[in-house]
Amino acid sequence: MLHIINKSPYDRPALDSALNTGEGAILLIEDGVYAAAKGGAAEAKIKAAQGKFKVYALQADLEARGLADRVTDGVTAVDYGGFVDLVAEYKTNQSWL
Amino acid sequence: MSTTKQFMFVNRKAPYGTIYAWEALEVVLIAAAFEQDVSLAFLDDGVFQLKKGHQTKGIEVKAFEKTWGALEDYDITKLYVDGDSLKERGLTADDLAIPVEVLSRAEIGKLMEEQDVLLSF
Amino acid sequence: MGIELNGKSYETDEEGYLINLGDWNEEIAAYLAQQEGVNMTEQHWEVINFLRDYYNEFQIAPAVRVLTKAIGKKLGPEKGNSQYLYELFPYGPAKQACKIAGLPKPTGCV
Repeated sequence: MLHIINKSPYDRPALDSALNTGEGAILLIEDGVYAAAKGGAAEAKIKAAQGKFKVYALQADLEARGLADRVTDGVTAVDYGGFVDLVAEYKTNQSWL
Repeated sequence: MSTTKQFMFVNRKAPYGTIYAWEALEVVLIAAAFEQDVSLAFLDDGVFQLKKGHQTKGIEVKAFEKTWGALEDYDITKLYVDGDSLKERGLTADDLAIPVEVLSRAEIGKLMEEQDVLLSF
Repeated sequence: MGIELNGKSYETDEEGYLINLGDWNEEIAAYLAQQEGVNMTEQHWEVINFLRDYYNEFQIAPAVRVLTKAIGKKLGPEKGNSQYLYELFPYGPAKQACKIAGLPKPTGCV
């Protein structure tokens, strides 16, 4: 399953919930991309999840927040076309609110 | 307007994901235009508002970063940032778009006690 | 709402401010000025261009007090006072000049 997260990991537990529930892929969008930034408390969570999940982050949202140059290793940045490809690739997807 | 009050705006939300941060900035500028004694505190995800290097072309919204530069014209110079919030998010004062005063949460709490009006966004 | 000018139409809000910043050109400015009853001189254009530069730099239209101070800093104290600016734009330098400059209504202007 593709899990889409749009909330900051420092503000809401959506990322934790997704990580604890499923497997497959995580796509970080909007404020969710803060989880993909190096150096913060979320970095360890993303690293630990990488065995079970492929992790993606939306490039436009990384750029908007000034994070494009500090993406955690192993996280793949995708553009809007890549977003569509991911949704098509996985049989199901879930947007965690 | 003759009465001046101390207004502190408490910013706790990341930019762009919600409209809170931009709305807060608008109210801040309005309060300052009415010559109130304005200060800003950034806590929790609010510190992300100050991160430099915002490139918002891809999401087609106005970037915040440029407007911080106008605060000085509005005589807004009291910007307080919670150091622990920065640290938890892997940021330091060098990552921020404008100079701020980094304080502890307790110090910010004390400043809050001194205000006439607190507005939380 | 909108403006029709030389066969083109431009969107405005209910108070007549241009919706799209990119629509602005000197022709529209002259038209908006005429609607406002402002006879554009070199001194008017100076303020209009200052406002557009300010918006490009800071992404906001300044409140009148801020505009006055910033103009004083850039164009000299004889222009950085409200009397000078109100003579140019009698219905409020921020409000009226911003409209002619194609900017949104200034933040802090109620």
